[in-house]
Amino acid sequence: MNDLARRWAVAGLLLALVLLPAVASRYVTYLVIHILLLALNAVGFNLLFGQTGLLSFGQAGFYAVGAYTCARILLAWPSLLPGVLGGTAAAALAALLLGSLSVRHTRIYFAMLTLAFGMMIFSLAWKWRAVTGGDDGLVGIPRAPLELFGLVVALPTVERYYYVVLVAAVLAVALMHRVVHSPLGLALRAVRDSEVRAEHVGLNVRRLRLVAFTVAGAYAGLAGSLLPPLENTVTPPIAHWTASAEPVLATLLGGIRHFAGPLVGAFVLVAAKDVIVRFTVHWSLVLGAVVVALVLGFRGGLAGALEALTVRGARVRPVSAAAGEEGR
Amino acid sequence: MEVFAYQGLIGLSSAMYLWLVSAGLTIIFGVLGVLNFAHGSLFMLGAYLGYTLYGLAGVPFGLAVLGSMAVVALVGAGVERGLLRPLYGLDPSYQLLLTFGLVLFLDDLAKLVWGGVFRIPPIPGWLQGSVSLFGRPYPFYNLFLIAVGLSVGVGLWWLFDRTWWGRAVRATASDREMAAALGIRTPTVFSSVFMLGSALAALGGALSTPVRPVAPGIGAAMIVQAFIITVIGGLGNLRGAFAGSLLVGVLSSYGTLWFPEFELFFIFAIMAAVLLVRPQGLFAR
Repeated sequence: MNDLARRWAVAGLLLALVLLPAVASRYVTYLVIHILLLALNAVGFNLLFGQTGLLSFGQAGFYAVGAYTCARILLAWPSLLPGVLGGTAAAALAALLLGSLSVRHTRIYFAMLTLAFGMMIFSLAWKWRAVTGGDDGLVGIPRAPLELFGLVVALPTVERYYYVVLVAAVLAVALMHRVVHSPLGLALRAVRDSEVRAEHVGLNVRRLRLVAFTVAGAYAGLAGSLLPPLENTVTPPIAHWTASAEPVLATLLGGIRHFAGPLVGAFVLVAAKDVIVRFTVHWSLVLGAVVVALVLGFRGGLAGALEALTVRGARVRPVSAAAGEEGR
Repeated sequence: MEVFAYQGLIGLSSAMYLWLVSAGLTIIFGVLGVLNFAHGSLFMLGAYLGYTLYGLAGVPFGLAVLGSMAVVALVGAGVERGLLRPLYGLDPSYQLLLTFGLVLFLDDLAKLVWGGVFRIPPIPGWLQGSVSLFGRPYPFYNLFLIAVGLSVGVGLWWLFDRTWWGRAVRATASDREMAAALGIRTPTVFSSVFMLGSALAALGGALSTPVRPVAPGIGAAMIVQAFIITVIGGLGNLRGAFAGSLLVGVLSSYGTLWFPEFELFFIFAIMAAVLLVRPQGLFAR
């Protein structure tokens, strides 16, 4: 896809997202909110995995830190912005602390360490009744009004809340696009491709990994803190390691080497699940088979497969230019 | 004091399931370099097959256990040959992701075939009864489990240390190319190691059928514990896996008795601490 076509595609997508509540049912709107939340989480995760080369199995922990913090704030002070910002900040802080320990390792040891940290957060959510409500979770969380510059917007309907989530998601994804295409993004890819070479050109590998980890944690936390106002409850399963797999699967499905990969993956994952569960309860069976097939045959994901098609159809790009496209 | 010793013995017998599963996980990681997320699902598969043969079809218990080991070993061979082999040489994250896909697939397949119901068949006659230890009745079946676990430990030591096959495996694990140059068929070694590991997971699963409920979730619960153990013992270290199993089995037995609130938290905290302070494992030489 060339630049112009890409711009038109983005504009069309944004228009469709803005018009959605007017044309779609409330259920579809609700579903798209979940797509946006997963997309936020997956976009953050891919900064860590696709860009920096670190596979985290603990993102659900930071998602839960965001969700629980936002829920506690909203229960005490029913105003949306402090809840969401507080939840995001708490998740970023948790990611900074745990990340400073996790980035000592890479590959399998890193994956195991993030799994352990994520499960520590899960067990706190499960057992620390005084703060998290234990296995009952927190209930009765208000969808508090959005208060900004003295303006108070009540959010009684799912449709109105949808626009809050949409604005947050668009801003966060645009910001991530800037990060990925900034010198920082370039440095992260250098770390991914060769740790030794990155060190030799003077990059602080561990600090770069920590930056990626913290940003990924903040994105998971933002997604998590947007959840309680929608559902009015938070329960421990959102922190479990099996929930950590969701952003991983979305990213893998969409394609780790493309900026749009996690977004496409989040859409396909949520939409496919919604369709498949109408026909069979054995959704995991299908998903598992798809994951195996993807890893074996389509490691570029849907975005990679799509690009292979359009590139072949349009023009053959020189190898060097194609290599420069990595990470888009 | 007697409560302490008795509870330790209870923990010791549940440590044997952990040992059987983490032994398989360890030898597969040690030789193939693959961290098999689906190893817990093989345990679950072993449990379901053991249940089907022994609890439903009425096959004698010993035969049911062996049958379930054989079937799961074949499944393991299929996974290694068909799915993992194309991924050797790629970033290990892909192997982790593939085996994670298998977890989703196998756990749901079990639900499809057997349903999600909890069932426990009776303990076979020759393993019923109990002995009196520390003034309390201790099930004879638990003693049997401990005996099986220890025999597997000795058997593995003999296999790896004393046989030609074991030497070929160790050679392959330390330098694959050199082993191949010496005429060892390394692909066969990989397959046989994966089959052995799978059979051990199935042994643990099948042995659990008369005392523990069988359900699709037991695989996911087991793999996390096995990860903790192999990390504490040192990835790829069989002796460490044995010591780690005893540690986790006995500690969580005391944990559920004395501080059930934060047992899970402390076990994961121990895992994280080991990874940070001593990533080669507590029992590395």
